[in-house]
Amino acid sequence: MHKIMADTPSSGADHAYGFGTRAIHAGAQPDPVTGARATPIHQTTSFVFDSAEHASSLFNLQTFGNVYSRISNPTVAVLEERIASLENGRAALACASGMAAQMAALLAILKCGDHIVAASTLYGGTVGQLGVGFARLGIETTFVDPADPENFARAMRPNTRAVYGETIGNPLVNVLDIAAIADVAHAHGVPLVIDNTVASPYLCNPLDWGADIVVHSATKYIGGHGTTMGGVVVEGGKFPWDNGQFPEMVEPSRAYHGVKFYETFGDFGYTMKARMEVNRTFGGVLSPLNAWQLLQGAETLHLRMREHCRNALKVAQFLQGHPKVRWVNYPGLPGSPHHALARKQFRAVDGHPGASGILTFGIEGGAAAGEKFIDACEFLSHLANIGDAKTLVIHPASTTHRQLNDEELARAGVGADMVRLSVGIEDVDDILWDIDQALARAVAG
Amino acid sequence: MSRTPDTISTLRDVLARCRTIAVVGLSPQWHRPSYFAAKYMQAHGYRIVPVNPVVAQGGGHILGEPCHASLYEAEQAIARQGGRIDMVDCFRKSGDIPPLAEEAVAIGASCLWLQLGVRHEDAAQRAEDAGMQVIQNRCVKIEHARLFGGLGWMGVNTQVITAKRLRQLPY
Repeated sequence: MHKIMADTPSSGADHAYGFGTRAIHAGAQPDPVTGARATPIHQTTSFVFDSAEHASSLFNLQTFGNVYSRISNPTVAVLEERIASLENGRAALACASGMAAQMAALLAILKCGDHIVAASTLYGGTVGQLGVGFARLGIETTFVDPADPENFARAMRPNTRAVYGETIGNPLVNVLDIAAIADVAHAHGVPLVIDNTVASPYLCNPLDWGADIVVHSATKYIGGHGTTMGGVVVEGGKFPWDNGQFPEMVEPSRAYHGVKFYETFGDFGYTMKARMEVNRTFGGVLSPLNAWQLLQGAETLHLRMREHCRNALKVAQFLQGHPKVRWVNYPGLPGSPHHALARKQFRAVDGHPGASGILTFGIEGGAAAGEKFIDACEFLSHLANIGDAKTLVIHPASTTHRQLNDEELARAGVGADMVRLSVGIEDVDDILWDIDQALARAVAG
Repeated sequence: MSRTPDTISTLRDVLARCRTIAVVGLSPQWHRPSYFAAKYMQAHGYRIVPVNPVVAQGGGHILGEPCHASLYEAEQAIARQGGRIDMVDCFRKSGDIPPLAEEAVAIGASCLWLQLGVRHEDAAQRAEDAGMQVIQNRCVKIEHARLFGGLGWMGVNTQVITAKRLRQLPY
């Protein structure tokens, strides 16, 4: 080909950029052809080859470039690099949704006969994916109470190939001791996979606490606007995939003509394997337009997360003092059993551990009052999402966790009286007003 | 005793300055990482000088370039053409590095590059003491694509943040 390297105009300065700068810049450079400063939306399925030789180099992964948007797309790649940077990771793969990202993260390393040890307090959809979806593929999951890391150790088996948990559980808002559980996973030679959706990369970077792979539903705080589905898998780049437990990472790939992913791509070999063997063949890829929408959100992640944390703490304190509220669960409250871990693992906001925007409370009058409360809210939106700029409210037992049986509900810590709030970034006085008036209408006396 | 800084500016400098690369342990098989890397560098304007005694024995070529049995032979052949070897890129196991590092110093190369998974602190220190820059446990292709474009398309965190546009197309 024709590339002779010209002098680059960049100074190449070795400066360590802060989170906010990376939230705005990482992965996005001016377009080399047009000079466009904003990231272009590359709404194309395919990319031309310069020659038969160029095509073969691309298919053989001997050069980097784009072939087909089911494999890679330049707009999607900006989001991937952005989130990899914000998570202090080595590389990332974007997927159609958080569920697709979690599936890609696990199917890249698991096969029929393998076993997962996972926290029992996971988001209901994840419990379904692992406990039912993966079980149908012959991948079994043992769910354990994550409060004690020893519970993970006791559930490990010779065929265990991944440990899975959430930084902040949903809707129990329990905080995982990532470092302790990483030690358990590593003692067995397997990676710790952490869903960091609720904390967001701004409040916590699980890779820095020993996790090996992070997954996100970017639909939530990363986007922040509630318009767009998307997910991301991030690889830390430090896991020793040649430790004997993951022969498919080191042996020639049957799914991609003999490439040895770990040997060829080193600390982003896992991401390449997930890209070429899972997304390319299972097809759960992110569209360029959705990637672009999520990038618009990512630029303000640091600003929004601070405001979510401030508002949620004020809402939690308000509810705690409210006579019609039985209990409040928010890791940002000093009385929370999760407060110490929140202080250890989460970035501080105004001197308090930034504990994100999700909290739950129990309303006097139980399930019936809970449903009345939701109907009585004026601008708090009743819907099944979290992490929106808008304040959202839901009754998990009758909605997001409806598919769980009583035993699973108890294990997930979902009581009949539980109301979940995803506290938004509206004026906090307005949020408090709406909660107060709705409580007054929902609970007689 | 100065060590080569593991920084973006060092790598940019090495990759801008070193235009002729002796690839020690270059495989003729298309699916081997050494072939991947050398083919990529060749396509991006670098001269590749294969060092592989087995292939050299039969007078063989890799990527269209004649193979040499050793770094010394490679250096002599390039010198006869009026050139010199700037970088010695090693696709060999870590234990094989000390004699290669000595040869790299002896032929006057300016950079010793040890590929992913290859490290040898003593040999690196000796090469650096002799004035060479030494990069360990990195892939020359991946670093080129990281700093001059292309790697970001695979979702890799290049750590490059800039408002300048690339002056060459990164493919």
